[in-house]
Amino acid sequence: MNKPLNKMAVQATINGERTAFLCSPGQVLADVLRDELELIGTKIGCNTGDCGACSVLVDNRLVCACLVLAAEVEGKSVQTVEGIANGGELHPVQQKLLEHGGLQCGICTPGVVVAAKALLEHNPDPTEEQARYWLAGNLCRCTGYDKIIRAVLDAAKTMRGEAA
Amino acid sequence: MNAYQEFKTIGSRPVRPDGLDKVTGRARYGADLNMQGQLYGHVVRSPHAHAIIESIDCSKALAMEGVLAVMTGDDLVKPGDEMLGSGEGAMALKDFVPMVMSQGKVLFHSQAVAAIAATSPELAAEAARAVEVTYEVLPAVTDVHKALAADAPILHHDRFPDDYPEEPTNLATHISLTVGNPDAAFERADVIVEQTYSVPMCHQGYIEPHACVARVDTTGRTDLWCCTQGHFAVRHFTSAATGIDLGKIKVTPSEIGGGFGGKTTVYIEPLAVVLAQKAGRPVKMVMDRGDVFRATGAAPGAETRVKLGATRDGKLVAVDVDCLMDSGAYNGAPAAFPAYMATACYKFTDARSTGRSVYTNKPKIHAYRAPSIPQVTLGFELAITELAAKLGIDPIEFRLMNAVEEGDANMMGAPYKRIGLRECLEVARNHEHYKSPLSEGVGRGVAMGYWINAGMQSSATLNVSSDGHVAVLTGSPDIGGSRASMALMAAEVLGIPFDHVHPEVAPTDSVGHTDVTGGSRTTLATGEAVIRAAESCVAELCRRAAAEWGVEAGVVAWSQGAAHYGEHSLTFHELASRAGNMGGPLTFSSSLNSTSAAPGFAVHICDAEVDKETGRTTIVRYTAIQDAGKAIHPDYVEGQMQGGAVQGIGWALNEEYLYNADGVLQNPGFLDYRIPVASDLPYIDTVIVEVPNPLHPFGVKGVGEVPIVPPMPAIAEAVCQSTGVRFRDLPLNPPKIMAELVDL
Repeated sequence: MNKPLNKMAVQATINGERTAFLCSPGQVLADVLRDELELIGTKIGCNTGDCGACSVLVDNRLVCACLVLAAEVEGKSVQTVEGIANGGELHPVQQKLLEHGGLQCGICTPGVVVAAKALLEHNPDPTEEQARYWLAGNLCRCTGYDKIIRAVLDAAKTMRGEAA
Repeated sequence: MNAYQEFKTIGSRPVRPDGLDKVTGRARYGADLNMQGQLYGHVVRSPHAHAIIESIDCSKALAMEGVLAVMTGDDLVKPGDEMLGSGEGAMALKDFVPMVMSQGKVLFHSQAVAAIAATSPELAAEAARAVEVTYEVLPAVTDVHKALAADAPILHHDRFPDDYPEEPTNLATHISLTVGNPDAAFERADVIVEQTYSVPMCHQGYIEPHACVARVDTTGRTDLWCCTQGHFAVRHFTSAATGIDLGKIKVTPSEIGGGFGGKTTVYIEPLAVVLAQKAGRPVKMVMDRGDVFRATGAAPGAETRVKLGATRDGKLVAVDVDCLMDSGAYNGAPAAFPAYMATACYKFTDARSTGRSVYTNKPKIHAYRAPSIPQVTLGFELAITELAAKLGIDPIEFRLMNAVEEGDANMMGAPYKRIGLRECLEVARNHEHYKSPLSEGVGRGVAMGYWINAGMQSSATLNVSSDGHVAVLTGSPDIGGSRASMALMAAEVLGIPFDHVHPEVAPTDSVGHTDVTGGSRTTLATGEAVIRAAESCVAELCRRAAAEWGVEAGVVAWSQGAAHYGEHSLTFHELASRAGNMGGPLTFSSSLNSTSAAPGFAVHICDAEVDKETGRTTIVRYTAIQDAGKAIHPDYVEGQMQGGAVQGIGWALNEEYLYNADGVLQNPGFLDYRIPVASDLPYIDTVIVEVPNPLHPFGVKGVGEVPIVPPMPAIAEAVCQSTGVRFRDLPLNPPKIMAELVDL
């Protein structure tokens, strides 16, 4: 029954810092972020890519960390919710979610923050419909999405330098 | 009446105190805590929906390297008839312990039969596969009608409801209430509607799976961290299932990632505690999503027959409603709720109201937001709409003609105090949405709803720092912004800035007993405890100021965050900084069993358009109107209204448990059990109506649950208006709609 502890060494840039970690070949990125790197902001709601709570950016591409093998991020850049604020200064998406009350239980919030940031980098002036379709992969059971969408569109406005 | 005539702080919309941690990923939820040296638990679940366990052999699993403990149902307490918990989470011990882990008979697919603790999650899962269980498989029944048939497999051979004492049956509960003489009253009706309506079983659908970590020392002292709507309930349930003394268990609630009633009980916590005790090391357990769907919750499906009679001039004169609900494997369906509350929005003199629940081989159903009331209200409100149409009366007018007001009684007998239903209906009638013309192909529905709202037990403790900041400890897990409400209420009474108040959800050992966050009770009842504790603080500060000034305490007044008498004044900050020399530290507690609850009423307006080629329904416009009594933090009142409306939209259009003939759930994941996503929805407009609750110091009424009550009938009516077809069975998914449209 005694199996060898088969671990791989992976180097990646995590939230701007050069990082090395050990993982087993089948381990997904979400587990490594949470269990090895203590980045617990990446949440696991389903482990099947259906809920979006584990949304992260890998080389600026929005992915579910539960569907990416940890070994796949070798040499890549990973951004999690912990890396979205600039030091003490919140990203406009984070700030506007707070101001609009765009969260209740908050379990989907990290994924929403990461996904919405990615949206506004792709499209600085999304319509309501574009925002709704972009965020369709982030399940929220509490809010009915109303205040989330308002917050994201308001953040877009702020980032474009327009008055609220 | 309320001592507070004008509010300075409450009713404002500050950023919630726990918000920063939640947008930056620092907040710790159930699966986010690890204990040093912890093991990982894994549950062995039954592959059969109905079976007798012949044997369980854990020896191969226990022999594996890294496996430190195994357990079965024999390691839990043997249950009796005693009741556990309170409110929406109440249940008999015999309906609880076997639900957590089978004790000889399996009654639903994926029921726990054994559990493993090992040094890694992978090893625990592998060891679970090595547990050998032999079953005598029995035929499963998942349909309530089949379960009541004479030849149905019986789930519980030892249960005999009062009305059927001779032989065992799958009927779990049966309650029937009659006021006046409804059969005679139907003779006086000019118009009668009699129809049957149905709603499927569904899941609460919280995004965070159940998770916990437990540690038990050699004296039985137990530390338990978990996501829950009530950590005092967790302590109670865990003690009852494990036999560990209640007082030796300390439960620390994590942040909670949604619950909606589904986290007012426990599933894995007693297992983690038993495994931790056996292994002598902490045990962490996290449910996977499939098991959450297969083995927790869910909300009962229901079939409701409604018969209503009215006179030609629009008076409802006779009511007969009969709601048949699914209980799942154990007694959990609160069939009493529909019996008591189905008629609650309407004046009546002659009514009969019946609720029945039936055992089936499915998970024991559990509370979901206004438990059982959305199901019965689909039928009742659609029947009202059908009746109004037959009479040629506008649906809101018809409701206004028959809506309850102060002094009217419902089936429970006690007359309503000051309620806001008529005000909500008037807002709806005059709302621009209701007056706006409809585009071609769009239908409009309206419906209203009631939920009783709970009071129950709550506690709060205020600790004042020497710099004038205040920590507010309560025992209510914050599921939707309640810490912000607590801080607002404390700041209001004390007259200090909102951001000088620091609300915390304290562990069981650090604050007085508090019932679950449920029943729409937290802002009302825990808020009341906070208000009372803050008032004690003000009274003590006035006494101290009076002593300083050499006057009677009664002449000192508190306003603007300071004690005043004549020319004298002492601010909260001054009194806090000098506390050590003026009588000692400032700490104040209040515990109460609240009797101030007032019912919630809501009216929803929905515009929907059905695509005649695909059968897909789009919600075009939605307005939710609700009496909140007094909105403490309006953002989070609106959030409850919007979230509840959208859960109702999901239930009306998509959500449904699908079982095969063997009782195996066919859609145990978010891909196939589809909850609403952002692109399915419009903005949900809200109107908060404030008819203050005369029993509460700030006029608060519970808001959380009633928003899920009106959506299903409002949407079903809008779909009817869009298609011209009367649908009475939910969900209104494309196949169901196309089946009717193709036949036209």
